[in-house]
Amino acid sequence: MGRKLIDLVHISKSFGNNLVLDDMNLYIRENEFLTLLGPSGCGKTTTLRIIGGFETPDKGKVIFDSEEITNLAPNKRQLNTVFQKYALFTHMTIEENIAFGLKIKNKSKAYIHDKIKYALKLVNLEGFEKRMPDSLSGGQQQRIAIARAIVNEPKVLLLDEPLGALDLKLRQDMQYELIRLKNELGITFVYVTHDQEEALTMSDTIVVMNQGYIQQIGSPEDIYNEPENAFVADFIGDSNIFPAIMVRDKLVKILDTPFPCVDKGFGENKPVDAVIRPEDVTLTEPEAGILDGVVTHLIFKGVHYEMEVLANGFEWLVHSTKMYPVGTKVGLFVDPFNIQIMNKPESEDEEATVIDE
Amino acid sequence: MNKKLLAFPYIVWAAVFILIPLFMVAYYGLTDKNGSFTLANLASITTKEHLKALWLSVLLSLMSTLICLLLAYPLAMILAHMKVTKTSFIVLIFILPMWMNFLLRTLAWQTLLEKTGVLNNILHFFHLPALEIINTPYAIILGMVYNFLPFMVLPIYNSLIKIDPNVIHAARDLGANSVQTFLKITMPLSAPGMISGITMVFVPALTTFVISNLLGGSKILLIGNVIEQEFTQAGNWHLGSGLSLVLMLFIIFNMVITALFDLEGEGNAL
Repeated sequence: MGRKLIDLVHISKSFGNNLVLDDMNLYIRENEFLTLLGPSGCGKTTTLRIIGGFETPDKGKVIFDSEEITNLAPNKRQLNTVFQKYALFTHMTIEENIAFGLKIKNKSKAYIHDKIKYALKLVNLEGFEKRMPDSLSGGQQQRIAIARAIVNEPKVLLLDEPLGALDLKLRQDMQYELIRLKNELGITFVYVTHDQEEALTMSDTIVVMNQGYIQQIGSPEDIYNEPENAFVADFIGDSNIFPAIMVRDKLVKILDTPFPCVDKGFGENKPVDAVIRPEDVTLTEPEAGILDGVVTHLIFKGVHYEMEVLANGFEWLVHSTKMYPVGTKVGLFVDPFNIQIMNKPESEDEEATVIDE
Repeated sequence: MNKKLLAFPYIVWAAVFILIPLFMVAYYGLTDKNGSFTLANLASITTKEHLKALWLSVLLSLMSTLICLLLAYPLAMILAHMKVTKTSFIVLIFILPMWMNFLLRTLAWQTLLEKTGVLNNILHFFHLPALEIINTPYAIILGMVYNFLPFMVLPIYNSLIKIDPNVIHAARDLGANSVQTFLKITMPLSAPGMISGITMVFVPALTTFVISNLLGGSKILLIGNVIEQEFTQAGNWHLGSGLSLVLMLFIIFNMVITALFDLEGEGNAL
């Protein structure tokens, strides 16, 4: 990946008394697919709108291609946005919609004509030139919105939950479409979503946000396998989060049971949080694992069975392709490599959101 | 079935107070005093006096409509950008005068504008030249604009708040400056509101006779005054009805033209 293209330096923004972003620092590299991921109200859309020029930060600077653009109007920025719910111009044909930006820039008719053809081909909607936006399905409208943005050859494409209004199947198709587009165009994508699966599927880099603070920046693998705090662990995928004691390097006490692990450098007898993904818990014969438990819930999920196992007073969430009926006594085993140790949350935004026990 | 039953009182209402009177206007307009069919009442619009009144009516109502549009659009934009709580307050202030009787409001303007009226007294106090617009077409335009402005503001306001803010952002994002965004996006998208505003101001302005009676003196005859006089003074219901029919056809013709114009500008039906 290339050099820094966008640099957000000490950005703060509040609406009234509501602090949305607090001293945020983030850079985006050229050619990167970066996703801002978090629950609603975490500041991800505000971040995107600050980059797009629709909001001005209270404090801090926005650097684009080594030039400060903090107070530059949106129409002067070399980037384009794909809005939530498409925001097509309903009084214009598809052709006129796509041509809008090019006409403003006084491009020649032939150039505009070629660009429209190219863009419609790119989003697989050839022959839609004369249609009106209202006559298109949601997925088609979204692709037109993308076409309308990319004909302007922006250096960066900003996407604000573009798939939020589509149904599941279409959303998955569009995810692949977006990855393909990004590879063909070779430009930077900044993507906002609250859907962790979408983020994991498409991104080079994920920025997990909560309550106006960045929780973790990393590749999808990093974020999933090595969450840095309880919030990230909880927000990305299913997880078992335990209060634990780091006895010494490579040994953690979870629910009063010592588990070997691979983490080091936390000190001795230090309270920490431990994360174990449900698919990393292996069910065995009783006494054959590290501790024993009883299956209390069983749900068939298609790819796997989801079970809850009561062991040492904690309901463990377990995913397994093998089925154990409710009431079965089982042993639980966890590979040391699959235990992720995290520091205790230092502030409210780092805590796991309470959804279930 | 039940729902249809609920509409029954309205059907009776419409028949008694809309359809039958309309039919009677048509009957009177197309017959002479002996009750035989004639087109003479319609044709009388071509007399010099009547054409002059119609022309003046069209001119004054067009000007009032234009002034209303120019005043209402910025106001509607300001309203559309405000927070809801503030908006309802301002809309209330705006609608408040409409709760007072139309005649009363127009009479008030008469008192204000008179040669020795309130406005001129104030101007005189400050040694400023007196305003002499009472009994002139300007006073009529003033009365029309004052009375019909809310009918222009509300439809435009309604069409403006329906525009998704992201559509405006999208235009800016694609490189349009604020003027281009206004001309190419905001205005066309609010066209339906403007069209209904124009209709709602132009039609009553064209047919009014109260405003011209009160603020124009008896010298300035609009087509509304001509028709009124046929009924109340000349007692010629046939001629009055005939002229009313012509005016009605004229308005329908204008609305069709407006709708067609909108069709071209908008790309979709009204």
